[in-house]
Amino acid sequence: MGSSHAATYPRFLWQLFKLGFEGTWRFYAWMTVLTAVALVGANAWAHQVVEGMGLTGMSDHVSWGLYIANFTFGVGLAAGAVMMVIPAYLYDDHEMHSVVLIGEMLAIAAISLCLAFVLADLGRPDRFWHLLPGLGRFNWPISMLTWDVIVLNGYLLLNLHITGYLLYMRFLGRKPAKRWYLPFVFLSIFWAVSIHTVTAFLYSGLGGRPFWNSALLAPRFIASAFITGPAFVILLLQVVRRYSDFHIGDGPLRTLASVLRVTVLLNLFMLGSELFTAFYTGGAHATAAKYLFFGSHGKHGLVPWIWSAVAFNVASALLLHLPASRTSKLVLNVACALAFVGVWIEKGMGLIVPGFVPSTLHELVEYAPSLTEWRVTAGIWALCLMILTVSIKVALPVLSGRLGLQGTAPARSPAHPNPTRAIPPTEPAERSAAPVAE
Amino acid sequence: MTKVNRRVALKVVGTTLGAGAFAQAMAPLREWARDLSLDEFLQRHYRELDKEEMERVLRRLEEETAAEYGRDVHIRDVRPMEDVQFGYALNLSVCIGCRRCAEACHEENNHDRATNNSYIRVLEMDQGSFDLEQGNATYDHEVPAPGKYYLPVQCQQCDNPPCVDVCPVQATWKESDGIVVVDYNWCIGCRYCEAACPYHARRFNWHKPELAPEDINPDQAYLSNRIRPAGVVEKCTFCLHRTREGRLPACLEACPTGARVFGNLLDPDSEIRWVLENKRVFVLKEELGTRPRFFYFFDE
Repeated sequence: MGSSHAATYPRFLWQLFKLGFEGTWRFYAWMTVLTAVALVGANAWAHQVVEGMGLTGMSDHVSWGLYIANFTFGVGLAAGAVMMVIPAYLYDDHEMHSVVLIGEMLAIAAISLCLAFVLADLGRPDRFWHLLPGLGRFNWPISMLTWDVIVLNGYLLLNLHITGYLLYMRFLGRKPAKRWYLPFVFLSIFWAVSIHTVTAFLYSGLGGRPFWNSALLAPRFIASAFITGPAFVILLLQVVRRYSDFHIGDGPLRTLASVLRVTVLLNLFMLGSELFTAFYTGGAHATAAKYLFFGSHGKHGLVPWIWSAVAFNVASALLLHLPASRTSKLVLNVACALAFVGVWIEKGMGLIVPGFVPSTLHELVEYAPSLTEWRVTAGIWALCLMILTVSIKVALPVLSGRLGLQGTAPARSPAHPNPTRAIPPTEPAERSAAPVAE
Repeated sequence: MTKVNRRVALKVVGTTLGAGAFAQAMAPLREWARDLSLDEFLQRHYRELDKEEMERVLRRLEEETAAEYGRDVHIRDVRPMEDVQFGYALNLSVCIGCRRCAEACHEENNHDRATNNSYIRVLEMDQGSFDLEQGNATYDHEVPAPGKYYLPVQCQQCDNPPCVDVCPVQATWKESDGIVVVDYNWCIGCRYCEAACPYHARRFNWHKPELAPEDINPDQAYLSNRIRPAGVVEKCTFCLHRTREGRLPACLEACPTGARVFGNLLDPDSEIRWVLENKRVFVLKEELGTRPRFFYFFDE
């Protein structure tokens, strides 16, 4: 405990900051592309603020669109990261343990994405401070949106603390104290479920919107969150493995694929239950479902969207249950990509928009996102990918012990990034790469 | 140049270019921020303003209207009266669907001329059916059409308003006389209330409202018909700038058939009380538990 944190912590941050600007030409190219897309989005948003939300495709009939759809999806992505935390900490899966920080950093990036989409959807972003407890007038506990503000920011802070603390300890070369992270890790598991439950309650609590007013909405949200999270992480871990020398075994991929095999079926089952209730009973609940799946009164705007989502989700479920998904990375990756896109549509254009069509006075006004909305959306996703890329990039050298307070690397680490694996997957030394001492 | 120096130089150039591009991308905001005065930005919630602060806000809003719309208007802060609970009833047997009420609302409440906005939507319904799905709000022919009746819908001023519950910043609330209002200078424009309302009663200002100076109704109130800023939600206020001073709502005065009845529910001699006691009245979507203050009835 000799050196004071006041001196070492800024050094830790400075080292990470510097590392964020270092990289191969691939890293620079990737970040340049993302920056360009993010800037296009920033510009579109600036125009939207100045000229009004009329630049979007939304109307008084369909008053939420692509932004809130992406927000909802992003909450699921953030919650899905917990599917790495549970095996790592509850089931003591050591291989998962060594990569769990990547999942937590995904949660941070995904929550940033959600907050950015909420901001993009506000008609008066300049009045954002009205939402701050203490400064503004926070309508808690009545408004579900205030609950969402609390749980999303809480989840962000939890994950920032856990990753920040573990990395810092690793940087100092010290064993992390369990009491400083373990309670937060367990809290984050419950918290992950809460963020998606509360987000579902935003919609399911509205009696005037029969399409959303279903007790099954929160369970559906959770199931689909546990599709998108694992699907994205399976792809992400392979990218990290390909472009860094950080060792990632096949174990975490297998575990996440097993989760995915269950959740894709669960999600399809719940979708089927919803559709049965809607179409067998008919009535108000069915009018939106009818418009969504088959079109009504000559309007079919959402039909291609939802059938693509169904096709993607069914295809990914089939692929994941082929024996080939265990042996072929290609099959697994295609299944993950299909599941990811399928849920993105299902929870966005397939869930947020039909809640408004027909409107509460049963007028059938359609919605299609405008170019401004697509630009802002692409920009926010690019921003989120930048956060994810940089945070993983700066964390890996700390995790592998190459970057520490002593400045020099432990003997086993190479001095320069090496595209080939530094440590064979079977070597017992891999456990030492875990951020946490056991 | 050594390799390290070239790297540093490239980083400096890259960062500078990036920062410049960011400033350029956000450039439209500069003009917008100039128009946003500090007083407006820092203004407190309606219910936190004392008399003096309210006075300053009203004068500032009048100045802004004069500058932006070229018309001198008078904006007041009209408070609820004691012992008054407003209620509204509408006789569906005599409504002919002429939409004069919607037009009067449009003019009285300084609605955007470009979108022909109004707080009232009139549904044309099939005789013998109360299925809103078969209703038509965009009919364009002579009225009343044979085999049809007409259902005007506006804010129901619910006693259990879902729109008020969902607002994350308390920018909308129910006043002591039963009217649900919005502080247009506090609303953040999230439109959660618009999603929550079962009656399509709320409107969002997708653009800054367009009004010619001569079209502006200069008799305005803070909580009702003053010209709304862009990016906030608005709604019917039972014309509180009129009704709280003993006048009738503009939609009622415009009605050529006398279908509309408005008054104080606490006054036993009022016409609204007579209707509620003698007619078989009903409310829209009663099953949702919103307890509307807006009643409908048929003559027989």
